[in-house]
Amino acid sequence: MALPSGTQPASGSAPPAVAVRPGAAFRRRTLADREDLLGRLMLGPTLLYVIALAGIPFLLAIVLSFSDARAGSLSFSLVGLRNFLAILPDPQFHRALWNTLLLTVVSQAAVLVLATTSAVILDAGLPGRRAIRFLLLLPWAVPVSLASLAWVWIFDSTFSVINWTLKALGLLRTWLFWFGDPALAMTAIITVHVWRMFPFATVIVLAGLSAIPQDIREAAVVDGAGFWRRLLQVDLPLLLPVAIVAVLFGVTFTSTDLSVVYLLTNGGPYNSTHVLATLAFQRGILGGDLGQGAAVALFLLPVLVVVAAVMLRLARRTEVGA
Amino acid sequence: MRMRRARRVVVRAAQYAAIALITLFAVFPFYWMFLTALKQNRDLYVGATNLHHVPWVFNVPPTLEHVQLLFQRTAYLVWVRNTVFVGAVVVAITLVFAAPAGYALARLVGRWGERLGIALFLTYLVPPTLLFIPFARIVSVLHLQNSLWSLVVIYPTFTVPFCTWLLMGFFRSIPRDLEEQAMIDGYSRLAVIRKVVMPLAVSGLLTVVIFAFTLVMQEFVYALTFISSVQKMTLSLGVPVALVRGDVFYWGSLMAAALITSIPIAIVYNLFIDRFVAGLTHGALKG
Amino acid sequence: MGYVETRDLRKVFGDVPAVDGVDLSVAEGEFLVLLGPSGCGKTTLMRMIAGLETPTSGEVYIAGERMDADVPPRARGIAMVFQSYALYPHKTAAGNIAFPLEAAGVARPAVTQRVQEGAALFGIGRLLPRFPRQLSGGERQRVALARAVVRSPKVFLFDEPLSNLDAKLRALARYELKKLQRQLGTTTLYVTHDQVEAMGLGDRIAVMNHGRVLQVATPREIYDHPADTFVATFVGAPPMNLIEVDDRTLLGFRPERFLPRPAFDPSADVVPFRLRVQHVENLGADRLVYGVLDERARSDQPVIADLPVTVTTPLGEGQVYDFGVERRWVRYFDRQNGARRGGGAA
Repeated sequence: MALPSGTQPASGSAPPAVAVRPGAAFRRRTLADREDLLGRLMLGPTLLYVIALAGIPFLLAIVLSFSDARAGSLSFSLVGLRNFLAILPDPQFHRALWNTLLLTVVSQAAVLVLATTSAVILDAGLPGRRAIRFLLLLPWAVPVSLASLAWVWIFDSTFSVINWTLKALGLLRTWLFWFGDPALAMTAIITVHVWRMFPFATVIVLAGLSAIPQDIREAAVVDGAGFWRRLLQVDLPLLLPVAIVAVLFGVTFTSTDLSVVYLLTNGGPYNSTHVLATLAFQRGILGGDLGQGAAVALFLLPVLVVVAAVMLRLARRTEVGA
Repeated sequence: MRMRRARRVVVRAAQYAAIALITLFAVFPFYWMFLTALKQNRDLYVGATNLHHVPWVFNVPPTLEHVQLLFQRTAYLVWVRNTVFVGAVVVAITLVFAAPAGYALARLVGRWGERLGIALFLTYLVPPTLLFIPFARIVSVLHLQNSLWSLVVIYPTFTVPFCTWLLMGFFRSIPRDLEEQAMIDGYSRLAVIRKVVMPLAVSGLLTVVIFAFTLVMQEFVYALTFISSVQKMTLSLGVPVALVRGDVFYWGSLMAAALITSIPIAIVYNLFIDRFVAGLTHGALKG
Repeated sequence: MGYVETRDLRKVFGDVPAVDGVDLSVAEGEFLVLLGPSGCGKTTLMRMIAGLETPTSGEVYIAGERMDADVPPRARGIAMVFQSYALYPHKTAAGNIAFPLEAAGVARPAVTQRVQEGAALFGIGRLLPRFPRQLSGGERQRVALARAVVRSPKVFLFDEPLSNLDAKLRALARYELKKLQRQLGTTTLYVTHDQVEAMGLGDRIAVMNHGRVLQVATPREIYDHPADTFVATFVGAPPMNLIEVDDRTLLGFRPERFLPRPAFDPSADVVPFRLRVQHVENLGADRLVYGVLDERARSDQPVIADLPVTVTTPLGEGQVYDFGVERRWVRYFDRQNGARRGGGAA
């Protein structure tokens, strides 16, 4: 952007010891000085973009859930609660709702335990800490669809390395058909989600641990607190806000994830492992019933409302503290 | 005293064991990708009931035939090109929107800036699952079905809020004194942004470029929804969807693709993760 | 009219007034120190003059021109040195010093020449190619000063520029700063909470508290004739002793004027006090005597005496001694509002 103010050449060859007297244009305030206007100009496009392509679609999602919209046709009419009345008694929907809940709660609990454990150990000054962190980060970096594929192969009905290992160790008598049995399939799905989310949580918790002031910890050591007391009474309470951030991300990503279930089981066997996301995809995109798909997806909204509320609370607290 | 020492050794050993197990859990699928990608088929497709054939190692010499197949007989390189194209355009769009917005939120819009910033960030949390159905309509209205441009339009909806939030944190970490000093030294606010803020925010901007790009590389749901022909696919869609033909899985090539795609991202991620986490948690860590 | 002037300047944050109606007038070439405790509004006042903060109401004039919201900081002809020095970390020392010149559109060769001159003035010529992170605290401060000086501003604004230096360096820097200002003759506003700095540097001192200017006067005047009890106790260490006389009056005197009776000339007009000594600190050059006045009415008012090494009267803790203050050094203040009562003005 051309600035008349900053780049004006000196008038004539002023002797060095004399102050430069800039022209009148330099003196007055220009747009480049107006912070209020600049702020609006710089923020405006982004706000508009986000409102247009996230806010409006979000509202559209709600409207669609009350409509009979179908893929391929642009016109639709509102049908009131028909979509909801259709899915509410649907056992497949119940199953998906329950699976989503189970998946989210169990995997996040496991993630939290694994992440805190590894973060605390790594923070205790393990040799090779950087290398271990790199390895731990691998699952988070890999595109989720490719990782899911690797797990499909790992859980393969004929060639599963897990089955081979369990058998070789003498732990398995029968055969595990990972994607043939609803309970085993859910176990596999949860395993993949834990595997994918815990590295990220570890890094966040690790950052939280290193942000705990050293003198607080040293004071605890001087006071004679042992490892466990230090962990439970100093580290963990101070970690809480950071852990909440990790859990919020985990809950959001896990409860709304479509790719893992889609690639591992695609809802099978017998539609027993659908989660809300895959069911919405199946009904809305594959089945063409956009209205019902949107209605199914809308049941994720409460989760997001809770996450948003906690986020806001957390932000407000730090705003006061800052 | 000795008791204490012994206990410390036991605790240490337990810690090592725990972290070793956890690390093993994290890297095992990658090891498995690696083995699968390089094994000959007769070493690969041996039923797991055969306890004499150990699947954890190469039983016959490794081969590059799966990798060759991937590069020569599949659209892998086309997907790489598509991904780089979408990634580059999306990163450019993201920077154009997020950098000014991040700065405005950090410095120019005052107290309600914080709240707007959080509101923006929350839209990042609105999941594809809720949005892909309305997006499907928008994409068909724009006649972008089965076009990479549909991804270019849609992907910034999550990269922009996220990167705006990250950049807001980076801009806040630049001392306010420096900007005020420059304003007194004869520069307008806009010139200050150009001559002082941007040079100091380079590493933050770079972090955002990296993460926007990796977010694009990892995206699966929208690509699955909007792209149907193999030649238009991105990596994360093409590999799991197009390399699988009916029930025929080319596991060697599939795993080669997964590994080759993942490793560069993993390395870049690792280089930038500290900045990334700092940006992400700057609210929670401050308190 | 002053060279820098504020008229009824006010700044309210939320509903807290940070600066509460300040009228200040700085003469051309004058070195004025804004002195006050942290949170007294002195920095906000300076930032409003610089244009970094928009006043809630009131006016600012620099060199006779009105500086309203339409005149951005860059156009006010000021140079400022922040407490942090605010050196641009991505520029070398030379780049830092050249930066304001480039903004003013000075031609390349002239920039180089003036950077050299500025560096020579502060003896930092060999530091020019270095980056700020490679400089010590004292060196950074010099670079910041050089940057402020090179473009010959109308006004210098200093925001506690010495507080990041260690005590030894600070005394030297104070001396050099004063010398520099004399040499250049540039009007200067200097914010500090350190009364020693204020006394040493200022042609005049403006003492602030709670957003108001309580007194503007020469250091001597501020010290000897404080306008109220706040100024009396904020300036001077140890602070002025304040004694309750009656419901309406406080009596004040400086610790170094409070001496044992034998130390006075017999003809001097001395106000006598009896002092019960509680504790004596021997500081080498002087003795600090802590005690309470042992008067008929009350015996609980703490006072401090600061005896120079030339006064050798032996003092034992717990004993009562005859002390006194020459009448001309006694000040009277209103107990209600703290203001000094007439008389004794210089």
